[in-house]
Amino acid sequence: MNRSEPAQEQGPSARPAAATLEFREATKIYPGQDDPAVDALSLTVPAGEICVLVGPSGCGKTTAMRMVNRMIDITSGDILLDGRSVRERRPAELRREIGYAIQQIGLFPHLTVADNIATVPRLLGWPKDRTRARVDQLLELVSLDPADTRDRYPAQLSGGQRQRVGVARALAADPPLMLMDEPFGAIDPINRERLQNEFLRLQKEIRKTVVFVTHDIDEAIKMGDRIAVLQRGGKLAQYAPPAELLMYPNGRFVEDFVGADRALKRLALQRVRDIDLWKAPLVRVGEPVADARRKVQDSDVPYPLLVDADGRPLGWLSERALTGERVTEDLRSKAEPAVELDDVLRDALSDLLANEAQYGPVLDARGAVAGVLSLEIIGHALQEPPEQVRSGADALAADG
Amino acid sequence: MLDLIAQVQIQDRSSGDASCVADNGFCPSWIVDNLNRYTDPLLQHVYLTIVSLAIGFAISFGLALIAHRRRWLVAPITQITGVLYTLPSIAVFFLLLPITGRGNTTAIIALVAYSLLIIFRNIIAGLDNVPAETKDAGRGMGLTDRQLLWRVELPLALPEILAGLRIAATTTVGLATLAFFAGAGGLGERIFEDIVFKSNVVTAGALAVLLAAAFDVVILIVQRAVTPWARARAS
Repeated sequence: MNRSEPAQEQGPSARPAAATLEFREATKIYPGQDDPAVDALSLTVPAGEICVLVGPSGCGKTTAMRMVNRMIDITSGDILLDGRSVRERRPAELRREIGYAIQQIGLFPHLTVADNIATVPRLLGWPKDRTRARVDQLLELVSLDPADTRDRYPAQLSGGQRQRVGVARALAADPPLMLMDEPFGAIDPINRERLQNEFLRLQKEIRKTVVFVTHDIDEAIKMGDRIAVLQRGGKLAQYAPPAELLMYPNGRFVEDFVGADRALKRLALQRVRDIDLWKAPLVRVGEPVADARRKVQDSDVPYPLLVDADGRPLGWLSERALTGERVTEDLRSKAEPAVELDDVLRDALSDLLANEAQYGPVLDARGAVAGVLSLEIIGHALQEPPEQVRSGADALAADG
Repeated sequence: MLDLIAQVQIQDRSSGDASCVADNGFCPSWIVDNLNRYTDPLLQHVYLTIVSLAIGFAISFGLALIAHRRRWLVAPITQITGVLYTLPSIAVFFLLLPITGRGNTTAIIALVAYSLLIIFRNIIAGLDNVPAETKDAGRGMGLTDRQLLWRVELPLALPEILAGLRIAATTTVGLATLAFFAGAGGLGERIFEDIVFKSNVVTAGALAVLLAAAFDVVILIVQRAVTPWARARAS
């Protein structure tokens, strides 16, 4: 999606919405140290994708990220931004083209929210009214009310609001590349989850190339289109999309790092709506029993599911309900658990296990039955080749 | 010599309650009648303080900016200005007299020397207190070193810088009462000219104290006006 905003088309700073980033044997050896912090790192991040650099502390992931905008100088090798070496760029100029968000956020305490966000546009010499319009647009983009937030100082914001302002500031000049160093690391788990989802939703819209650093493998799996696992000494252990990484870890280190529950983690990448469900034998009260029996035969489910006029599940029918001419309301059990199309498979599996059920009805947004999910289907989903599994911003529900 | 004539004039205690004045007492009516005698020394005192502070601030600021880039200079500059700060002030006036002669120049040089350590140390402390992540974010967004200094580091160091200026101002007002040893007049000259007369000592002394307080308040008001963010807290 190459969406070009009107703001991009005017002015000298118009540039593509996203850039391709390529590490070529990029190496960093700090002065006075024998071992490299980043060792001949080679990988390519396609335009518009989120690449997560993940690994234990001391693996060089932050160093690798900071070499991109030359906050740390490259010892040997190269990093190319849209085919052009960052080494031949003047650092300050290069950095103005690259969004930069860090864990501690680093908002300027003496400037208002609006002035903080306007930092790079002002460095680039944007006209005042364009900058002002951009600030309001960005505040809305990160779910903050411009009128309420614009003139506040950072000290007057909550942690989550500050983080959003930090992201807005990094996006201010519409950079083709974003660098994010544990941007949600200092936020409590509930708000972190919300900010992650918000960022993925945002990314779906803006499609930037993003280098995202984290030490948290779950965050990496959630955020990344591709994940680069680094190990101590700055060596790249594996570079792959999340599903592939979880299914085919290429060695002991990655296997240990992604964890023993990697199959379950994979289930977190897929949503119920992404897999083929069983057809549910839906029957209504008063329906001929012969029809109901036929529906059960056509289905993988052994019992008919009674639904109301709107298709909402009432429960599984007992054998006695099918003894007469017409179906009666004689239930064997309630239709539990009911899972939703937007649930990730891991949560759906957990629901099934908690109810000691082999299968359960799947409901659509209106609460009507869309199919049946069973342990067997989930088992099949685990065998799906990783390229079928969507990741990063694409994994979000279409209506999300 | 003008100074001697001035001394003769000030010792003329005409007017006011004669017996109180004769007893060297504290005579409010004499003070009210003779307040105008203190106008010129007070203005001279203000002049010495402001000029010394301005020069002292300019030198300290320059030194601090140089030392901010070259950290190894902080220790030697602190030591040198520290030595200047500990020299007995009267000794400095007398040491300078053969070189710069009697007058404002000698007094100002000494007063400037005293202000350097306080202002320099506060500017350095203010710059050091700027959070590392704020600087990192600034650099990461493409601010040059100079832009970072003027747009981020110095504004954030303002509270400490102005706090240093406040201390320096009160110290300078106090030390300037000794400036008459260098022939630069000021309120100190009035005090020492008739140090046995309580009315005189109290008036000149009180004016010096009020002057110090006035400098303090003015700089504090400036500080609050230019650092609105420092009072902004979540409401």
